[in-house]
Amino acid sequence: MIIKRLFDLPNYGWRSAFDELERMRREMDSLSGQTAGKAYWPTHAGVFPLVNAAEDQDYFYIRSEIPGMKSEEINISAVGRNLTISGERKIASEGEHVKYHRREREDGKFSRVIALPSEVQVDKIEAGYVDGILRIKIPKSEAAKPKQITVK
Amino acid sequence: MAESKELQAKGKMAVPASAELTKPGPVFTPNVDIFETEKEIIMLADIPGVKAEDLVIDLRDDTLTFTGEVKPTGHPGAEDILIEYQVGSYYRQFTLAEMIDQKQIDAALNNGVLRLTLPKIEKAMPRQITVKAG
Repeated sequence: MIIKRLFDLPNYGWRSAFDELERMRREMDSLSGQTAGKAYWPTHAGVFPLVNAAEDQDYFYIRSEIPGMKSEEINISAVGRNLTISGERKIASEGEHVKYHRREREDGKFSRVIALPSEVQVDKIEAGYVDGILRIKIPKSEAAKPKQITVK
Repeated sequence: MAESKELQAKGKMAVPASAELTKPGPVFTPNVDIFETEKEIIMLADIPGVKAEDLVIDLRDDTLTFTGEVKPTGHPGAEDILIEYQVGSYYRQFTLAEMIDQKQIDAALNNGVLRLTLPKIEKAMPRQITVKAG
C-alpha cells in the first residue's frame, strides 16, 4: 500500500495502526490552524524508557517508569553531560504447564542516553527506584547555576 | 532466542471514558499478562507509581476490576524540560470465565508490578473421567 504523505517528515515506523492517522490528523490540524483542544499524543524519542525531565536552579530531575526491575539491575552511568540508563527487563517464566490468555508485557534490553543541557556534577548524582519509577537527581555544576548579578 | 530483543518505547493507551471519573486526571490501560495453571489464574499488571494503599481491586459477578491511583510527585518549583510520558491512574476490567474462590485471592505489588493470584474453585479444576470399556 503506497501512502502519499502530505509533508515529508521523518517517520519512525509503524508502531500501531493508528500512528499514521494520528500524524495525518495532527498535520491537518496545523494546516487548518486549529487545534483539537485536547492533548496530542506526545512525541518522544522512540527509545525505551520514556523519560520526563525537570529542572530547577540547582538540580535536574529525571523520572522514568520501568516496572518490574530490581534496583541493582538498572545501570546508570554519567559521562560529561550524557546520562546513560540501561538494563535488561526479564519476565520470569512461570513454569511449564501454564496457559497464557494474554501476554502484553514486554521484556528485553534497553539503553538510553540522555544529553543534559548543561554541565553536571557527575559524582553527586543520586538515583532511587520506588514502585517501578526511577528517579534521578542530578546537581548542576557550579558554573551552570544561574548567578544573581546585583545592579548598582 | 540467542539474544534478548530490545524493549520498544510505547506510549500509554488511554482508557476510553465510558463514565466520568470523579477524580481528575488521565486514566490509562496497563499492560497485563494473564495465565492459568491447574489451580489458579494469575494476572500480572504493570502499574508503576501505584502504592499498595492506592490500589483498589474489586471482584463481583465474575468481573474483576482494578484501579490504581498514581499521585503525581513533582518537585515544587521545578520546571519541566521534557515530557515524554503522561502520568495518570490505571484502570482495567476483566470478565472471568472461571469460578474463583474469592476469599483466597492474593495480591502482591512489587516494583510497580501487581501479581494477582485467583484460585479456582474446586469444581472448576479439570478432572479426568475414566471411560470404562463395557
